[in-house]
Amino acid sequence: MKALILVGGFGTRLRPLTLTMPKPLVEFANKPMILHQIEALAEAGVTDIVLAVNYRPEVMVSILQKYEEIYNVKITFSVETEPLGTAGPLALARDILGKDESPFFVLNSDVICDFPFQELKAFHEAHGNEGTIVVTKVEEPSKYGVIVNKSESSMIDRFVEKPVEFVGNKINAGIYIFNPAILDRIELKPTSIEQETFPAMAADHQLHSFTLEGFWMDVGQPKDFLTGTCLYLANVNKCNPGALANPNSGYVHGGNVLVDPTAKIGKDCRIGPNVVIGPGVVIGDGVRLQRCVLLEGSSVKDFAWIKNTIVGWHSTIGRWARLECTSVLGDYVTVKDEVYVNGGSILPHKSISANITEPQIIM
Amino acid sequence: MNPKAIILVGGPSRGTRFRPLSLNVPKPLFPVAGKPIISHHIAALSKVEDLKEILLIGFFEDSVFSSFLQDAAREYPNLHIRYLREYQSLGTAGGLYHFRDEILRGNPDQVFVLHADVACTFPLVAMKKAHEGHRGLCTILGTRVPRDSANNFGCLVAKPDTNEVLHYVEKPESFISNLISCGVYLFDCAIFDEIRKSLENKKGNVETDIYGREVFQDGNKLRLEQDLLRPLAQARKLFVHETKDFWRQIKTAGSAVPVNGLYLEQLLQTNPEKLAKNTPGGPEIVGAVYIHPTAQIDPQAKLGPNVSIGPNVFIGKGARVRDSIVLDNVDVKQNACILHAIIGWNSKIGCWSRVEGTPSAAHNSTAVTKSGLKIQSITILGKEVSVKDETIIRNCIVLPHKDLKSSCENEIVM
Repeated sequence: MKALILVGGFGTRLRPLTLTMPKPLVEFANKPMILHQIEALAEAGVTDIVLAVNYRPEVMVSILQKYEEIYNVKITFSVETEPLGTAGPLALARDILGKDESPFFVLNSDVICDFPFQELKAFHEAHGNEGTIVVTKVEEPSKYGVIVNKSESSMIDRFVEKPVEFVGNKINAGIYIFNPAILDRIELKPTSIEQETFPAMAADHQLHSFTLEGFWMDVGQPKDFLTGTCLYLANVNKCNPGALANPNSGYVHGGNVLVDPTAKIGKDCRIGPNVVIGPGVVIGDGVRLQRCVLLEGSSVKDFAWIKNTIVGWHSTIGRWARLECTSVLGDYVTVKDEVYVNGGSILPHKSISANITEPQIIM
Repeated sequence: MNPKAIILVGGPSRGTRFRPLSLNVPKPLFPVAGKPIISHHIAALSKVEDLKEILLIGFFEDSVFSSFLQDAAREYPNLHIRYLREYQSLGTAGGLYHFRDEILRGNPDQVFVLHADVACTFPLVAMKKAHEGHRGLCTILGTRVPRDSANNFGCLVAKPDTNEVLHYVEKPESFISNLISCGVYLFDCAIFDEIRKSLENKKGNVETDIYGREVFQDGNKLRLEQDLLRPLAQARKLFVHETKDFWRQIKTAGSAVPVNGLYLEQLLQTNPEKLAKNTPGGPEIVGAVYIHPTAQIDPQAKLGPNVSIGPNVFIGKGARVRDSIVLDNVDVKQNACILHAIIGWNSKIGCWSRVEGTPSAAHNSTAVTKSGLKIQSITILGKEVSVKDETIIRNCIVLPHKDLKSSCENEIVM
């Protein structure tokens, strides 16, 4: 089987992390974001993966070569010379996606869920039409485009952009499966799959929806990255609790704590709930962590307090420092002892020696 | 008698105040008045008699300077220019000492040391003449700055008749003197004995590694200004040569705009043929304007003063550019207006849009925000930013690869 992942551009919404690391390689729950998708695709029997990108950093090429071997898949970069929107990349990768009659998956690189590729494929083949959109239920559909089915059917009737009145609560989850016939609908030019291709397919009665059970999140920006981390950890706790830190080990508080085996944790810490600690991280004594992500090689000195924060690679948090309110630190940032950071977006290599009391960008 | 020269270029973690431009180019290679910042240093060094070798010392990866060095070798066939990479931060004087074998090879009698992040006319020949007229170990280039900004720099008190430095304080809290160090020095090579003495004073003894080379423990950095110049002043071996020409530090990205203007004004005096001229059927040029030969300027555009236009730039009909730097491959659509701004590589500026900054009042100020609010300053667009037609981008700093679809003001756009 084949799949296309829409990676796109520079991931500017996830800055400052993506200033030094291509977005697909930023670790979500200690694993590069794109690896969550590649693993799930490989497990569903996908052998050909196309990455639709606007640019191709060398570091990404070499890491993905490694994954090709590990997961026994062929990964091809499809590089757009001009942005082609969400549908154009399918036309650009026509040679691979249309090489046989089997259906192919398409997914946005920012989404995290318990990817149901096998069930999706079975559902798609059972209805026999051209495409299936995975939908997820949300509490506030007015912020999104809502998908409305024909009554008593999985077939999609229409799309309602940011509805004022309640018409349903199912939204596009950014995961699809299509027959190669869809390629005849898409020209090689900037095209929106949501706004142009899908309405046309729905009008032709060729588009169905598949409802995703369980968690889903677009983790393309820091606030949602943290929310998505919580949802993901809760799911790990349900399906594979052994992967998490033992809730009875003295420091774990409230559960859902993921710790890389190479990380070191000091005495008298209280960690959790919803914390991810990356490889080589060093945590001092008496540290309090909750709802935060510490990326590889970072260190947190004694008595620091961190909540709702992403600490970038190799950054250092001083003693009695306090970080909160969706603070995001790039790599090699230093926060000095006793400093308070309230919603700081801090670019790489900066040293913070005075309080940041209101959310702001430190360039 | 064969002096050498060293340019201290810093490293990738140092140029953070030069963001967002340093996200795409190392600060020493950022172009002002049509050429990289350190090319101005090299041009001045090339005029020093018998100077054959220039060493760049810094923390960047080797590849960063390779194409620059190739270009420089073509432009200055008589100069040998190399890059030496520091792997460990030893302080500015510690770094010099670390590379002393390279520096002293060929037995130079004197060595110039220039910080990369300063801009001035580099009166090195006059400095050398002054140096040879006294018995000091070091001559420091000095300049006068407004009294209220003096304490941001290394301050000097000198004897007016002999230029002997009596007192040197780096960034004093109170006012000492408005005569400050320009970050440009000329040393006798005996200075390496002084550095060694300072090192010994600082740590009591010098440790050696298995190869017999001296190593410094972390926290034992030796700084050029505080640890070397201060004791030299106390020993009456330090002299100042005061320049009356312009001098600026290049710290923030915005400071490149006034520096660009000053270098262009200098070119207007010394090499006016390198600047754009008004020609029949050509664009309107006001004051000092540099236009790269590959740029295309519509005849109905108006440029200047203090404008540098980079390679392959396209400036459309009716566009206006003043007090700005426009970098390579930028596309400025018709009737757009760019004032007090730096436009990053490959950016697109829409029709009737206005990209405007505020010239910074303070001499050599470096802050970007004050109590969380962005200070009025030069507007800077990073690489590949697009500005939509008819919008206004005022007093903003925009990181690379952003599409600005509506107007913004007083913002850092990440």
